Amino acid sequence: MRHIISILLENEPGALARVVGLFAQRSYNIETLTVAPTEDPTLSRMTITTTGPDRVIEQITKQLNKLIEVVKLVDLTEGAHVERELMLIKVKAAGAQRAEIKRTADIFRGQIVDVTANVYTIQLTGATDKLEAFIESIGPNCILETVRTGVSGIARGEKTLSL
Amino acid sequence: MELLSGGEMLVRSLHEEGVEYVYGYPGGSLLHVYDAFYKQSAVKHVLVRHEQAAAHMADGYARATGIPGVVMVTSGPGATNTITGIATAFTDSIPMIVISGQVMSHLVGDDAFQETDMMGISRPIVKHSFSIKDPREIPEVVKKAFYIATSGRPGPVVIDIPKDMTMPNERFEYTYPKKVKIRSYTPPQKGHSGQIRKAVEILLAGKRPVIYSGGGVVLGKASEQLRKLAKTLNYPVTQTLMGLGAYPGTDRQSLGMLGMHGSYESNMAMHHADVIICIGARFDDRVTNATSKFCPDAKLIHIDIDPSSISKTVDVDIPIVGPVDSVLNEMLEIIAELDAPDASALESWWKQIEEWRKRHGGHYDKNDTGLLKPQEAIEGLWEATNGQAYICSDVGQHQMFAAQYYKFDEPNKWINSGGLGTMGFGFPAAMGVKMNFPDEMVVCVTGEGSIQMNIQEMSTCLQYGIPVKIFCLNNGYLGMVRQWQDMNYEGRHSSSYMESLPDWTKLAESYGHVGINVEGKDQLASAMKDCFGKYKDRLVFVNVVVDPEEHVYPMQVPMGSMRDMWLSKTERT
Repeated sequence: MRHIISILLENEPGALARVVGLFAQRSYNIETLTVAPTEDPTLSRMTITTTGPDRVIEQITKQLNKLIEVVKLVDLTEGAHVERELMLIKVKAAGAQRAEIKRTADIFRGQIVDVTANVYTIQLTGATDKLEAFIESIGPNCILETVRTGVSGIARGEKTLSL
Repeated sequence: MELLSGGEMLVRSLHEEGVEYVYGYPGGSLLHVYDAFYKQSAVKHVLVRHEQAAAHMADGYARATGIPGVVMVTSGPGATNTITGIATAFTDSIPMIVISGQVMSHLVGDDAFQETDMMGISRPIVKHSFSIKDPREIPEVVKKAFYIATSGRPGPVVIDIPKDMTMPNERFEYTYPKKVKIRSYTPPQKGHSGQIRKAVEILLAGKRPVIYSGGGVVLGKASEQLRKLAKTLNYPVTQTLMGLGAYPGTDRQSLGMLGMHGSYESNMAMHHADVIICIGARFDDRVTNATSKFCPDAKLIHIDIDPSSISKTVDVDIPIVGPVDSVLNEMLEIIAELDAPDASALESWWKQIEEWRKRHGGHYDKNDTGLLKPQEAIEGLWEATNGQAYICSDVGQHQMFAAQYYKFDEPNKWINSGGLGTMGFGFPAAMGVKMNFPDEMVVCVTGEGSIQMNIQEMSTCLQYGIPVKIFCLNNGYLGMVRQWQDMNYEGRHSSSYMESLPDWTKLAESYGHVGINVEGKDQLASAMKDCFGKYKDRLVFVNVVVDPEEHVYPMQVPMGSMRDMWLSKTERT
């Protein structure tokens, strides 16, 4: 099953390497990883999506917690949460296709952020499955390039991951 | 306020931590620090012959005392040579501080002379590591390093110091912090009381109980509590390779070691148990055999300070995360309140265990040719030392024989690389112990394979006067490899035979030590007498020629359950 693990991490050199190294050395899977500083410059917030049986996920969270630089972590998929990913996708848009692509982008609430005579660059935000649905709708033939940020997530309601 | 250079701050900080010996090897990036060593006398530096040995010396000291040993090495090859030593300590949760020099900060990343990414190379095998970015951080980092290394589940900590952090002409105000707090690190202080009570209830309801105790009891200094628990309940105790001595090996309730080369009675008792309390052990693959067949009838209670050890390989029924000593104390209090376990069930369980003990009980056939069996040699060593020596083992058959036949009655006296299985560990580990316990008998039990992995340290022993005893079970083969080749590869001894062995006596003598050859049964007792008598204050290399055909038994059958064992070359359960 897919899990979203959200980590509050000391914003120190080497901390990211320790997290990534842990996944590599213990053969855990990373599907996406995002990291950036928080409003408190001493802390980074990292979101990792991973898949595995419950026993492995439990080990992942425990092993992460053992890293000295990990301040706190939560498996967001254990409760209600919001997850978002941002994608920039460059697609062929010439002739009759242009209108069709624009319409599809609108349906997915995407924005066209750059235009040339033959190309649209579309920005799309949403959960992973929404981005994938968009890719499928556009079809592989007109996609020139995609870039995705990976998932960021946060718990719904009053729960927070903070010091 | 006092002004000190980075190098001086480092040495002073070690002194504040009570460090007496630092084991190491100088080099370019650490010369400022070595100069600071020279100008004081409180912290002594021990110059090894190879950096790996420095790490094992620090490790041996830590295993005997619970206090972290300190290693100091230069950048590049100095640092990389410690890697095996750090990994050895990491796998067995041994506290250690490794200070590695680094090239000047402005050269880092330029592939400078003797530059290597020590932080990166050591990352998977340390509990934590620090890279010094400002000399003013040094005291606090040292304090944090000792705190991290020794608290919770102990482990090695690396401090990487670029040369420009230790410049003698740059001085800073120095104070050593009284304590440190790390907001992201809070090791457990106590177990969950509800879980502890539940565990006790299940433990007392057992009709076929077993206490399975591990290295955590030694590290957590809970040997006394373990003894009290076993004695209060009259339950049998089996111990892991790492845990030997926490419960007295000569006691009636001790079933000996469990696992791959565990005793018949231990493995049988585990397999048939209805409740097992695992104290400071981790259901390692060398203990459990196939986890799917592990102890089918048992309810499992697991006490460990590291939550990631819980249900990692085997699912447990009652996990308790906490320090073993405080959890066991709490258990003992609850046990005192509750009814004693079913006495008649326990009596028939003990009857069954005694039958198992009678069936094998460490039996081996002696030779009538006068050639020593390795087991006999270890028994002879046990007698000669009254079971009181520190035994620092290398890795292989001799290690298993020592674990099986040297009955340890005290914790911290059996010192071996259990998790990583590092050949070359025993001799330097013994040196680390002997330097700190000069009046105790310290023996390195080794083989002619392992000893050659760090034999250069005989020179260090001469320089510092470290009279350890090397008890080398010489069978001319890499015995454990040969055993597997005999059992699984139809006796094809691929690269397990060591031709061209040195003359051990001459070798020892050339380093200024004493060598004794034991070539038959009749020579062992007198050799031991000389070793611990006439040559008490000398390093003695005892070359004990033993039967090369001997295998270590019992040996669990791969992929089987705990009870599936070879008991001899011809007999299987």
